[in-house]
Amino acid sequence: MSQTISLKGRLSLRRTLIDGAFRFFLYLSIFISLGMIFWIVSSLWNEAGWLLSWDLLTKYPSYDIDNAGFQSPLVGSLWVVGIATLVALPTGLLTALYLEEFAGKGNKFSRLIELNIQNLAGVPAVVFGLIGLAFIVRGFVKWGFTVGSAAAVIAMLMLPVIIIVSREAIRAVPPSYREGALALGATPWQAVWRLVLPSAIPGTATGSILAVSRAIGESAPLLLLGALSFVTFNPTGLDSPFTIMPLTIFKYASDSREEFQILASAGSLILMTVLFILNLIAIILRDIATRKRNV
Amino acid sequence: MSNDLQTAPSHTEFVDNNQGSAAQMNEVKSGPRIIDPVFTLEDVSVSYGKYVAVTDVNLQIPSNDITAFIGPSGCGKSTLIRTLNRTNDLIPGASVAGKVMYHDADLYDSKASAVEIRRRIGMVFQKPNPFPKSIYENVAFGPKVNGRPKKSELDAIVEKSLRGAALWDEVKDRLGASALGLSGGQQQRLCIARSLAVQPEVILMDEPCSALDPIATLRIEELMMELKKEYTIVIVTHNMQQAARVSTYTAYFVTEVNPLGDLRTGKLVEYDETKKIFSTPSDPRTEAYVTGKMG
Repeated sequence: MSQTISLKGRLSLRRTLIDGAFRFFLYLSIFISLGMIFWIVSSLWNEAGWLLSWDLLTKYPSYDIDNAGFQSPLVGSLWVVGIATLVALPTGLLTALYLEEFAGKGNKFSRLIELNIQNLAGVPAVVFGLIGLAFIVRGFVKWGFTVGSAAAVIAMLMLPVIIIVSREAIRAVPPSYREGALALGATPWQAVWRLVLPSAIPGTATGSILAVSRAIGESAPLLLLGALSFVTFNPTGLDSPFTIMPLTIFKYASDSREEFQILASAGSLILMTVLFILNLIAIILRDIATRKRNV
Repeated sequence: MSNDLQTAPSHTEFVDNNQGSAAQMNEVKSGPRIIDPVFTLEDVSVSYGKYVAVTDVNLQIPSNDITAFIGPSGCGKSTLIRTLNRTNDLIPGASVAGKVMYHDADLYDSKASAVEIRRRIGMVFQKPNPFPKSIYENVAFGPKVNGRPKKSELDAIVEKSLRGAALWDEVKDRLGASALGLSGGQQQRLCIARSLAVQPEVILMDEPCSALDPIATLRIEELMMELKKEYTIVIVTHNMQQAARVSTYTAYFVTEVNPLGDLRTGKLVEYDETKKIFSTPSDPRTEAYVTGKMG
């Protein structure tokens, strides 16, 4: 006689409840994080969406609402963050490579550097601004309140983050790649350049996107570095005075007239759009790099 | 003398001068007398920090033949094979005492270049480690890091190496496909092809079949028999039948527990022709091991 087997699930009430609760909290956390973004963007949109036009990007900051726009702060932000990224990305990546691949694990010197980098990542941005003010704007470099000084400080701010995430990405590359390359008579540098680095690019890119996103919204240190509120010309080089988006938004928002507060919301929308586009570009570049590697 | 590992001639031509090289004149303390050995090890000990992994090894490895290292886990056979192309250098704290001669050149001479040594003495690892690149690029990697071959030369090297590793017919139509899509056995043959591409004299294999199924293992073994016509092969294996099937000489290692502490050290027990090791070994420990009474 064949046995009748029932495969109907008969989990205990407790297991069912825990499983359900776990799912619930997962969905809840997704809902909270997405909800926040949606809430911010939609309230900005409701308030200032109608105001958005190319005009805002062609006009310069002004006390006159009809002529007020965001051209110089937007260009200024892109200058500062762009130059800072150009400096911080290669420097950070090379530092990470040195620490992971060449410094040696037990090395006291590299452990000291490591500790310092972790501390630097936690230093408030204003402190970097003060250092920049003391040493770059005045001090030894005497660069003044310029795009160059600002980019230097923002680069300092980005460096620890880039170094830390790049190290994680480099560490995640299987050691067997290195061994295999060295066993073929590659020099340590060739193994790193041809195998380790390409494999580490996706991870590094993700971290760098984060660092750039944070930098573009940074305002406190740049306030100390002479980001002026109403600059009616675009930066033309490293020695130009400049202003940036977050500061201009702040300036507009603190104006007592309601039109300017709406203009500030429009500025926030522009900044978020720029951020979104930058992230999109970085993600596309990363995917291209990943696909090329896996051919 | 004639062999200077600092310089990097593109081809391995070892000119033995007629007075007889240092290696040839040295008497080994144990094992068969081998004429014109590729490797001569004299009183070799390898340590990691204070821990001695393997000690007092004296043996000579013949050219154009397969030599197997067998023994229980922790007996230092993998450590020993890794000292033969200085792959062990990559582990922090690893050090080698005694003399490891490659023909008449000392591998651990302070002027010897590890990069050049690894180019001449290739290695295939336990776990297949193809690079995350195409099949073609995997094989082309070695020639590329060792020079700038022309595309036509490179094509020829890739085909020859893949044919040499008995993989050509399976992959000739998809050389551009990712190496990671190959089966485990194919990946391991690709790794063998990759080391052939730099025209080494010796191929070291560290348990090359332990991650493969019996059929893939058989193919690698057939390949080894084919390769020994042109290359010197040293293989570490856990599989005694494999050693008996493919090798001409076998070295049997044991793990000795140091009475002073809890440290275990590998020791060479017996080194002789494989026939003798598996039929009439002179040491009772070898007999116990090969007959399956131990290990």
